[in-house]
Amino acid sequence: MAEQATKKAKTDIGPPYFQKYLPPIIKDNYGKWKYHEYPKPGVLLHVSESSAKLWSVRCAGPRLMSIETIRMLADLADKYCDGYLRWTSRNNIEFLVTDGSKVDPLIKDIEAAGFPVGGTGRTISNIVHTQGWIHCHSSATDASGIVKSVMDELFPYFKGDKKLPAKTKIALACCLNMCGAVHCSDISILGIHRRPPKVDNANVAKICEIPTLIASCPTAAIRPTTVDGKKSVEIEEDDCMFCANCYTVCPATTLNSAVNDGVSIWVGGKVSNARSEPRFSKLAVSYLPNNPPRWPEVVAAVKKIVEVYAAGGRPYERIGEWIDRIGWPKFFDLTGFEFTKYHIDDFKLAQKTLRTSMHFRR
Amino acid sequence: MADIQTPMLDELEKGPWPSFVKEFKKMVDKKPMIRDFLGQLEKSYRDKLSYWKHGGIVGVMGYGGGVIGRYSSLAEEYPAVAHFHTMRINHPAGWFYTSAALRTLCDIWDKHGSGITNMHGSTGDIVFLGTRTENLEPCFADLTEAGFDLGGSGSDMRTPSCCCGQARCEWACYDTMEACYDITQTFQDELHRPAFPYKYKFKFAGCPNDCVASVARSDMSVIGTWKDDIRQDDAEVKNYVAGGLDIVNDVVMLCPTRCMQYKNDTLTIENENCVRCMHCINVMPKALRPGKERGATILLGAKAPIVEGAMLAAVLVPFMKMEPPFTELKELTEKIWEFWDEHGKNRERVGELYLRTGFGNFLEAIEVAPVPQMILHPRENPYVFYEEYFEED
Repeated sequence: MAEQATKKAKTDIGPPYFQKYLPPIIKDNYGKWKYHEYPKPGVLLHVSESSAKLWSVRCAGPRLMSIETIRMLADLADKYCDGYLRWTSRNNIEFLVTDGSKVDPLIKDIEAAGFPVGGTGRTISNIVHTQGWIHCHSSATDASGIVKSVMDELFPYFKGDKKLPAKTKIALACCLNMCGAVHCSDISILGIHRRPPKVDNANVAKICEIPTLIASCPTAAIRPTTVDGKKSVEIEEDDCMFCANCYTVCPATTLNSAVNDGVSIWVGGKVSNARSEPRFSKLAVSYLPNNPPRWPEVVAAVKKIVEVYAAGGRPYERIGEWIDRIGWPKFFDLTGFEFTKYHIDDFKLAQKTLRTSMHFRR
Repeated sequence: MADIQTPMLDELEKGPWPSFVKEFKKMVDKKPMIRDFLGQLEKSYRDKLSYWKHGGIVGVMGYGGGVIGRYSSLAEEYPAVAHFHTMRINHPAGWFYTSAALRTLCDIWDKHGSGITNMHGSTGDIVFLGTRTENLEPCFADLTEAGFDLGGSGSDMRTPSCCCGQARCEWACYDTMEACYDITQTFQDELHRPAFPYKYKFKFAGCPNDCVASVARSDMSVIGTWKDDIRQDDAEVKNYVAGGLDIVNDVVMLCPTRCMQYKNDTLTIENENCVRCMHCINVMPKALRPGKERGATILLGAKAPIVEGAMLAAVLVPFMKMEPPFTELKELTEKIWEFWDEHGKNRERVGELYLRTGFGNFLEAIEVAPVPQMILHPRENPYVFYEEYFEED
C-alpha cells in the first residue's frame, strides 16, 4: 500500500492572519477610532483620531448562502470598496467604504440584488439561528423557514421604517441543545420536543453505551431493563423534561415527533451590560405548533411582543428592562398570552424565581 | 425542477427578506445534490420531521474535529444526499475578508461540495454544508494550500471568535482580533484533536456591550474593560445637549449606579462608583470614552441548557492586562484545563464542573484568590464545608 508516495498533509496552520484582509484605512487607524454615527439606517460612519472616515454599509444575509451569492457580494465589494467586506456576528454583511459618495449607489445595487440594507441602531437586526431540518438530526422545528417568515413580517423594523425603543435581538434554536445559545435574547424562538424518547429496543445495546445513556439524563429518568432477552433501557415518562440529552448520546432514543414537536417563545434576555446586567430570556409562550411553511402562529406571537414593546417601551429600554418596569402581569395582559403552570420554573433554583415579597403590580 | 416539486418551499421565496430557498435554487442546475436536497427538505416541511440521521464519524487524517458527519435517512429516495457532511473552516478573526479570499473559498467549495455555505455558523466558523466522504481529504488539502484550516467540533477547543475590536470600534479595550488569533494558533492541538470532557469555547469582546455574546455563549469569556476614569469632553457634552439629547432622562437617570449628575449645564461622573456598563458612552460617543488603563475581565462557564441547565459566565479575574503574547490568559487556561481534564465528568462543561466542586474549591485548584468582585453577595446559606478543626486535648 505504501508504494505510492503520499504528500504529507499540511495541518495545524490555523486560520489566515486577519491583517491581510484589512483595508488600508483600517490598518492605518487600527486602535485609533474616535467615535461613530448613524448617518442613515443600515450605515455606520466611523471617524478616527486623524479624521479618517469609514462607512460600513450593512445588509442582511440569509445565513445559508450559495457560492453564487458570495461571488456576487465579492463583485459588489470590488466595484464599491476595493474588495473589502466583513460579516457581523448576526449574519449581516458589511461593505467597508472609504468614499462617502459611493454609499448610496452601493445601497441601490445591494438592494436590487435582493439584500436589504438596515439593522443598525435601534432596529431589529438579523436573526441568529441554527440548522433545523436543513441539516440537523435532533431539530424540533426548522430554523431558516421560521426566520424568513418572521423577518418578512418584521421587515419595517429592520429597515428602520418602524421605530423601536432600543435594539432588539431575536434568535432561534431548533432544540434545547441551542447551538445558537439563544437563551439571552430579547426574543428567542426555541424548538421543543414534548414526547418522551421512543426506545428502539432492538438496537439500543448495539449502537449505544447503556451506562453513558443512563448517566446522560439530568433527572435520572432512564433505567436499565431487558426486553425480549436484549439489554435496553426504560424511561420513567413522568420524569422526562424533553431535553433530548439522551438522544444526543444515543441514536436509539429519538424524541422527534411530527405531532408533538413545536416552538416556545422566550423574552427579555440580553448580553450587553448597558444599564442592566446580562440576563436570561424568560418563557412567554410555552407551545406553538409547527405549521410550515410559514409558521403563522409563531410569527403572530413574535410580532405581538414587538408591537406592544414598541408602543410602551421608553427610549433605550430593552424588552427585559421594559418588562422590569411594567411587571410580568402587565406583560401577559398586553400580549394576551395565557399564563400557565408551565411558566413557573420547577427545575434547579426554581425557588429563586418565586415572588417572596409584596412588591407586585395588580 | 422537472422531477421534484417543492410547493411549500416555494412559498419561502416570496417576501422582502433574503430567501434561503433561492440560495438552494441558484445551485440546483449545477449540483445534482441540491435537487435531492430540496426534495428531502420539502418532505420535512410536509411531514414536520427531520430526515437526517444521527451523526456518523468522518473526518480528515490527523484531526478528530472539524467535520460533522451527516447522512440522510432517505438515501434510497434521495441518493445524491446519502452523504451530506459539514466542514467547519476556521474564519479569519473579526470575519474580515477580501473579495479574492472569498472567491478562493467559493472555488474550493464549488470543486468539492454542494456550493452551499453558512456565513457563518453559530460558533463563528465558515460552514461548508454538504459533501461526500471521499471529497473531504481533497477539499481539506485545497483549503490548507490556500491558507485555511478546519475549525473545532466535538469535545475540543471550539473555534474562538471575537468582535471587530480595534479594527473598527472606538470602544475596544484590547486587541480582540489579535487575542483571538493568538489563542487559536497557540492551541491548535486542542482545537483539532478532541481530548476534553466536552467542548470549550472562547469569545473575545472588546467592551461590556459584548457584541459576540461571550457572557452567554463561551466557557471562557474575555470582555474588555478599563480601570481609570471615563474620558470626558465637556464641549461635546454641550453639543449633544444643544442637539436635543435629553441628557437627564436618557443618560443620567439610566445610569445603574446613579454615579452621574447634570447640574448647571455640567455633567459630572463619580467614577469610583461607575460599573462601566457603557450606556452613557453608547449614547454620547463623541463626548464620553472608555478610560486609558485598559484590559479585560475574564468570566468563566457560560453554556446552553444541556446538561444541567443554562449558565451565564461568572467573573473569574476582574482585571487582566491583555497584551501579546497573552501569557497570563494562556497560563490560566492551562490550569483550568488541567483541573477539568482530571475531574470533569464525560460531557461536563467547565461551568457545571465548578458548580459541582464549589466555585471556592475550583478557585483553590486553579490557584486564583477569591475576591468579592466574583459574587453578587456572600453566601446566605450557613451550611459551610469548613475543612479544618482543632482536636480537644
